[in-house]
Amino acid sequence: MSQTAGHPSFLQHHFSDAEQQRESAKLGMWIFLLTEILLFGGLFCAYAIYRSWNPEIFHNAHVHLNVYLGTLNTVVLITSSVTMALAIRSMQLGRRTATLRFLAVTLALAAVFLVIKYFEYSHKIHLGQLPGKFYTYDGIAGTNPHIFFSVYFLMTGLHGIHVLAGMATIAWLVVRTSRNVFSSEYYTPIEMTGLYWHLVDLIWIFLFPLFYLVG
Amino acid sequence: MGNRTTAVGHHILPLKVYLGVGAALIVLTAITVTVSFFNFGPYNLLVAMVVAAIKASLVALFFMHLKYDSKLYMIIFVAAILFLAVFIIFTLFDTLLRGDVEPITA
Repeated sequence: MSQTAGHPSFLQHHFSDAEQQRESAKLGMWIFLLTEILLFGGLFCAYAIYRSWNPEIFHNAHVHLNVYLGTLNTVVLITSSVTMALAIRSMQLGRRTATLRFLAVTLALAAVFLVIKYFEYSHKIHLGQLPGKFYTYDGIAGTNPHIFFSVYFLMTGLHGIHVLAGMATIAWLVVRTSRNVFSSEYYTPIEMTGLYWHLVDLIWIFLFPLFYLVG
Repeated sequence: MGNRTTAVGHHILPLKVYLGVGAALIVLTAITVTVSFFNFGPYNLLVAMVVAAIKASLVALFFMHLKYDSKLYMIIFVAAILFLAVFIIFTLFDTLLRGDVEPITA
């Protein structure tokens, strides 16, 4: 395919220029993030209702979450947000190797987050601190303490699925970056994945205190 | 400030902004965890949510570039938060005050 001057290979034919293409991608991404906020919003609403109806259960059950592991995971996720932002910045500066390194670190930190979550989940499954009819633990005072664990597993589980999706996307970025697709002129997929990854971090910033600190 | 732009005019933030915001987020996490070991009664939730809101604002403004980008994205983000607030607050009007105005029958 022949290319006319001023029409780079990454520019789709239906956009007039690279800037319009980038702004369109960003607008679409933000509208997607809006739907993500509302998706989690429904669960935050459920949390608010169940907590207001069962304050003593939420208090008695939340002390069974491990604050240290929760804090560690918060630090891991915040650090991964920094490395993601630095991956984008490196590509803006045209430093491909640095971008690859930062993406790899982000991917590794996301994996660490899920491994820690795995240990927390398996401990709870072992104790029978589970949602609904699967709840078999008897060390929490109050009626229906399984409600807390229903909300806990639903919200952190959906968040965990988002972390997995983020890891898949970042792995795809690693492949694309190593194939030299991106440059300081075109790095929109890295930037959009960054926006998504920061939102996943942002949601955890609220989940962490609501469950581990003031449940 | 050392702000740079790419060949095609994209805004590039200096490294220290990202590292500074990251450090601030870690410090705020340490603060909110430390505070949670003390009991301020009903203010526990308020303090935790204020700290979380500050952390979320830092992430949105700097990591997600809302401070520097077109205000259109800021409007979308704020609209999402506003509708979420309406959703939660109006639902709680029902669930918290059920039976207060008229007794529940049936």
